[in-house]
Amino acid sequence: MTNIKKIAVLGGGVAGMETSIQLNRLGYQVDLIEIEDKLGGHVRNWYKLFPDHKPADEFLEKLISNLSATDVQIKTSIQINAFLRKEKKLCLFDQACEFGVYDAVVVATGFDLFEAYRKEEYGFGIYKNVITSAGLETMFLGKTIKTSGGNVPKRVGLVHCVGSRDEKCGNLHCSKVCCITAVKQAITLRQMLPNTEVFCFYMDMRMFGPSYEELYREAQEKWAVRFIRGRISEAAQNADETILIKTEDTLTGRQLKMNVDLLVLMVGMLPSKGTTVIGKKTGLDFGMNRFLKVKDEHYHANETNQEGIFVAGSASAPMNISDTISHARAAATAVDHYLKTTDHERFSEKNNIRNLEKALHEK
Amino acid sequence: MATFGFSILKDRQIDYDNNDHRLFRFIEEQEPSIRLCIGCGGCTAGCTAAGFTGFNYRKLNYLLMRGETEHLQKGIQQCMLCGKCKLVCPRGVNTRNMIFALKRAFKTPLWEELQKKINV
Ligand SMILES: Cc1cc2nc3c(=O)[nH]c(=O)nc-3n(C[C@H](O)[C@H](O)[C@H](O)COP(=O)(O)OP(=O)(O)OC[C@H]3O[C@@H](n4cnc5c(N)ncnc54)[C@H](O)[C@@H]3O)c2cc1C
Ligand code: SF4
Ligand code: SF4
Ligand code: SF4
Repeated sequence: MTNIKKIAVLGGGVAGMETSIQLNRLGYQVDLIEIEDKLGGHVRNWYKLFPDHKPADEFLEKLISNLSATDVQIKTSIQINAFLRKEKKLCLFDQACEFGVYDAVVVATGFDLFEAYRKEEYGFGIYKNVITSAGLETMFLGKTIKTSGGNVPKRVGLVHCVGSRDEKCGNLHCSKVCCITAVKQAITLRQMLPNTEVFCFYMDMRMFGPSYEELYREAQEKWAVRFIRGRISEAAQNADETILIKTEDTLTGRQLKMNVDLLVLMVGMLPSKGTTVIGKKTGLDFGMNRFLKVKDEHYHANETNQEGIFVAGSASAPMNISDTISHARAAATAVDHYLKTTDHERFSEKNNIRNLEKALHEK
Repeated sequence: MATFGFSILKDRQIDYDNNDHRLFRFIEEQEPSIRLCIGCGGCTAGCTAAGFTGFNYRKLNYLLMRGETEHLQKGIQQCMLCGKCKLVCPRGVNTRNMIFALKRAFKTPLWEELQKKINV
């Protein structure tokens, strides 16, 4: 028997890949377990990345090549269904079989997009020319931005905060990345379709990252993207399949109506199904926003209420890629520290273990 | 009286320190959700009254919160209490109840007192 400690990382998105790379570099044996048949998570579906317009596939290739340089065991198309604590180790089950026994587990199962059809007043799934921000990324990747009628849209509207900051759909949180995603996408639209007008309808412009505010300014200055401060109250389809939208232009204090050829809903981020299921099965706490709750927002941002179970990336909160990478690296450090401390220190918090056992029994 | 081509203009600033904030507190107590407003304008976007008159729920809420009570009474006469604003509001402001609370306030001695102040 070797005494090299073994770690399972659940989720092969940016967070899971980076955590695995770092843990392997620290000398641990890592199994990276992904439910789908490919690594990459959501970023696989994006065209270019804010803030520097780097092609998303270029970024992913780099991450994957760093991963290939390690001896992390990549296990795709695996769904972990059950967890059991065996003394100091965690036992993971795939279907009914024991999949592996680990000294620590990192949950990096990411986010899901808000299901836009739930905001019925915007007509997603009803009107053909209402799409989501993820749908627009797909159009970018295919290099064709067309309306349902097969025409180049002359005017595109981007609606911020769809399914976020909205108690009507039970989501009080801000998804953090959709404002800057809107700015990125508005610029890409203007670059690809120079004769198309682009409007962003926002409530607040949350430019939280380095050079985001500058990108917003560039969108105004260089690309003449128009910004209107007002929440869209409803969308309706015209006979020619264009979309009529209504808002209050709050900065002039007047109602405003406008026809657009394409309406893009900036859908928010919610914990993924995997995040929710695994969180429940392992007895993890959830925050008010239903993402996984960390032990301390400042100082223990990767630790959970359960010994030996850590979280990385957007499973814990909406995050951009750079924060996800930082969070993933911090997760590796936290796991390393945990595995190096003595058993006595590790299991001092007996309550946590009892809580886990209770949670496991309730399953 | 001889005119000199100018008149004394009323100060257009919100004089926050000298405004009377009792009406806001009165309404706030009855409908605390009004503090949750983020000024998104969703309420006003779909409001029929706003489409045809100068009435604007979002502004009404903010005027009240700043202690600007002068135009409130006239303003809410345009509201049909249809409740569309409440259906839209992402912050769950109970818009209609705020208007009811204002209507109740207009029948109190506090309102009479405020009216006297405005008319001085
Ligand atoms: C429209 C849009 C555009 C964006 N554009 C940018 C951008 O330009 N720049 C930027 O910095 N950020 C951008 N982001 C944010 C970026 O997508 C996230 O920061 C990033 O995807 C987070 O990575 P993650 O690994 O935490 O989660 P995810 O990408 O969600 O990856 C999670 C992984 O876990 C897997 N998984 C789920 N459940 C299980 C399970 N039970 N078992 C095993 N595996 C499981 C999933 O299949 C997935 O592979 C954008 C977001 C959106 C919505
Ligand atoms: S980041 Fe912007 S668009 Fe997204 S929820 Fe927050 S305020 Fe709304
Ligand atoms: S209740 Fe009044 S303010 Fe609200 S939408 Fe109807 S008319 Fe407008
Ligand atoms: S919809 Fe709600 S939050 Fe938005 S301005 Fe109206 S009252 Fe305020």
